[in-house]
Amino acid sequence: MLDSILFYFFAGVAVLSAALMVTRRNAMHCAVFLITTLLATAGIFLQLRAEFLFIAQIILYVGGIMVLFIFVIMLVRLDVPIHQMRFRLQKWVAVFVALALGFEITTILLFARKLPGQGLFIQESFPADKLPPNSEALAQSLFSGYLLPFEIASVLLLVAMVGAVVMAKKKERTDES
Amino acid sequence: MADTVQDNATQQNGTLLGADELVLNMGPQHPSTHGVLRVKLKLDGERVRGTECVIGYLHRGVEKIAENRSYQQFAPYVDRMDYVAAVSNGLGYCEAVEKLLNVEAPPRAKVIRTILTELQRIASHLIWLGTHALDIGALTPLFYCFREREEILKIFEKYCGARLTTHAFRIGGLQYESYDSFEKDVERFCKDFERHIQEYVDLLTGNSIWIGRTRNVGVLNAADCIAIGASGPILRASGVKWDLRKAQPYAAYDQYKFEIPTGTNGDTYDRYMVRMEEMRQSRLICLQAIENIPEGPILGKVGKVLKPPAGEIYHSIEAPKGILGYYIVSDGGTQPYRVRIRPPSFVNLQALDKMTRGHLVADVVAIIGTLDIVLGEVDR
Amino acid sequence: MNPTAQAILHFLLTWWVEIVCGVVIVAVLPLVAGYVVLVERKLMADMQARLGPMRVGPHGLLQPIADAVKLLIKEDIVPRDADGLIFWFAPVISMVAAMTSMGALAFGPTFQVARDINIGILFVVGVSSLGFLGIILGGWASNSHYSIIGAIRSTAQLVSYETAGGLAIVSALLLSGTLKIRAIVDAQYDHHVWFGFLAPVAFFTYLVASIAETNRAPFDLPEAESELVAGYMTEYSGFRWALYFLGEYANMIVVGSVATTLFLGGWLRPFPSVHWLDKPLGVLPALLIGGVGVYSIYRAGKQPVPIQTWFMWAVALACFAVAGIFAAPWVFAPLKFIIPGLNGAFWFLLKVGAYIYVFMWLRFTLPRYRFDQLMHLGWYILIPLAIVNVFAVGVALLLESEFGWNRWLALIVTTAFTLAIALFLVRLHDKRTTAGSSATAATTDSYAG
Repeated sequence: MLDSILFYFFAGVAVLSAALMVTRRNAMHCAVFLITTLLATAGIFLQLRAEFLFIAQIILYVGGIMVLFIFVIMLVRLDVPIHQMRFRLQKWVAVFVALALGFEITTILLFARKLPGQGLFIQESFPADKLPPNSEALAQSLFSGYLLPFEIASVLLLVAMVGAVVMAKKKERTDES
Repeated sequence: MADTVQDNATQQNGTLLGADELVLNMGPQHPSTHGVLRVKLKLDGERVRGTECVIGYLHRGVEKIAENRSYQQFAPYVDRMDYVAAVSNGLGYCEAVEKLLNVEAPPRAKVIRTILTELQRIASHLIWLGTHALDIGALTPLFYCFREREEILKIFEKYCGARLTTHAFRIGGLQYESYDSFEKDVERFCKDFERHIQEYVDLLTGNSIWIGRTRNVGVLNAADCIAIGASGPILRASGVKWDLRKAQPYAAYDQYKFEIPTGTNGDTYDRYMVRMEEMRQSRLICLQAIENIPEGPILGKVGKVLKPPAGEIYHSIEAPKGILGYYIVSDGGTQPYRVRIRPPSFVNLQALDKMTRGHLVADVVAIIGTLDIVLGEVDR
Repeated sequence: MNPTAQAILHFLLTWWVEIVCGVVIVAVLPLVAGYVVLVERKLMADMQARLGPMRVGPHGLLQPIADAVKLLIKEDIVPRDADGLIFWFAPVISMVAAMTSMGALAFGPTFQVARDINIGILFVVGVSSLGFLGIILGGWASNSHYSIIGAIRSTAQLVSYETAGGLAIVSALLLSGTLKIRAIVDAQYDHHVWFGFLAPVAFFTYLVASIAETNRAPFDLPEAESELVAGYMTEYSGFRWALYFLGEYANMIVVGSVATTLFLGGWLRPFPSVHWLDKPLGVLPALLIGGVGVYSIYRAGKQPVPIQTWFMWAVALACFAVAGIFAAPWVFAPLKFIIPGLNGAFWFLLKVGAYIYVFMWLRFTLPRYRFDQLMHLGWYILIPLAIVNVFAVGVALLLESEFGWNRWLALIVTTAFTLAIALFLVRLHDKRTTAGSSATAATTDSYAG
């Protein structure tokens, strides 16, 4: 029962924050609500005993990507794009697409395992405490079975970092007296 | 150049941190400007492109007041200029008027004047060291420096009753005889002081953070110093060995052996080393002086009413901050016709623009500290 | 009884230790952080040849409470154009991040909220890094150009040094082989030595990185009072500022705890596996606290005012009571089971205290780094050093496991290699600063323009 309380809490926070995020006018408020959404999702991960995913979400998503978003929002003045022409029917298209997507997902979930060969097959899940330890399992597979993709991904990230630094570097100025 | 500077930070070309010129206003109320100094920094991103000082916040019209006071009445006013080193101001003024009157202070007065002035030099440098270190982030030397300065101020208080604005000297010599334990107090202070200087050296001189903050920061080469008219430790740190105590000896300085420290680069670190060494040399002068204070009168032959003959005189001394000059014009009356004071800080402050060019904003604070200015002197 | 009440009771019965620990952390942390501030002020005063707070309570012992009350009753000033929601949110994030990260820390073998969490150290480091958000949002919400610059600088500094600190932690984790906090300390018990001795370069790197991460001197340029850019905390007054401040001190406690767990043996007493020292070092906590009590009695005789004398006597009695609690298990055999928990907590807090003492000592002694020098130190010296150290520790472990070297020999050899690299980096750093900044010393014609 504790599990359901926690789940509903985190899920409620996530849904509410997401709704607030897409309806705010202030870009910084949107970023803050995205942070709360991500934190709530991380809470759900933690509840499912996926601790590594939880901390990866916090460190990478909230601590890295959201900090980047916030820097960009702070450093770039947003009045200019706001005053530009926008596609006027955007709101209605968005509502239509959201309703269509919602209908599809509901159908898939409702008919899960009901019609043979259709719908999403949801496996019986283990009780969370019987799962093997999350970080150890991840480490095992990452460093033995998936070592080559891991190394390739690392090199790719390094190349991206170096490229970003090179592109962003200011030209050396000569000092005039 | 027309005055195109704006008073507040300006935003340029759509980004909050524009790449164009930004004018940053520092002061007049600021913990690091050592008084009410307003500095307008023209910034290019992080680098300083130029500096404009706005002074006058502490102008009290001292020179105009002098025209309406008798010579003795004006003497306390000069203490309030460089209020951190009042005794030196008094020495310069008294000697200037003595030159005008063509009297000489008796030898005993000269020696005691020298001792008190050198103690004041140490006290002034201690304030400089404490506040400069505090600006750069070292919290502790300030308290150690003030602890030592306290000893000096106690000696002043025992001697003339005042700690800060001492009015210690009179025209023609001294008013007060030195008190009984004067030599003992000075000797005790000087003996302890060597150990304390070593404390400051241990904390700062070899510290790589200190060196990183002060080396090659605020460089002023010798030609620029002379062109601007900078004097005192600033001039000596740029390599010019010019000290009025040796070049044009006054008071009793010609009787004592001491060195004039000089630097090579003219950066903040050199000025720091020069002032530290000056404190050591002042201590040596005091130790030499107290061994042999001549007996005799303390006040020369001056009447109660001072009426110097008409004429003009310029007399300068080596104050702790630089060359302090008094230009006094007398018209034969009891009040001077004109007193013009050449304060060292006022002239040294002109170097701020040159010294801050190309440095980062965080260095500006260190550079203002190393100039060792007192706004009372700059504004009078 | 109905199933809901039963479920709640079951929950409370299984988790009561963790709940109590959590409540203790949340309740005690502000008080402890306040007293850490008092300790800092007294220490600063002692190193500066003065006395520090003396008036509020005997020897200033009630100063933090007076400060807290003052900050609570201060007028709450919100700048006119400030972003209300974020202005409110930002200090809260700072404080809550620090508190939450304490949840995974073990302050003793029994005191831990998130028991046996799989990712122990990573949880602490990751959640405490959420505090950066509090700084950025605080700087933004103040709607002041200089606050934003201060916030960005502060964040850049924190992020750079967190990389170095994280890599230093990795070195220690290589030695322990697990992320769980209990297991790390147990590994140090098994190796019979603290990891700080096995990987000293990592310890030193983490020390420097943690000073920069908590914005302490000599890395406190973003919040220095004498600088132009007054920092992200400028517009905050009253209790909001107190939250930031408490968050900073809570962060200090967190990094101290992480360093203690990883490098200083956690709650192990010195020489944990030398069994004949069990009794002597076991009664040491009681003796030390009793000693503090005796000193209080001695000082009580020297107080000028009666009420201060009584207060010192009260402090002495409190010390004796605590010493009694520590000594009781040695006297009453049935209480022996609390020895590991109690003594463990004592040693842990002592080590964290020593670590924080070093922080404070450095703050009062060293001047401040300029921001570019700070970043240069972080990126050019500390991060390469940390990377080389990870490599070195890995090679040492490899030598031990594959080639059968003695662990100590392997580690000494690789540490020597790392130190050589460190010297090389510092030499490079010195050459760069003296060469680069002498470019501005050109002669200029002062009469031109």
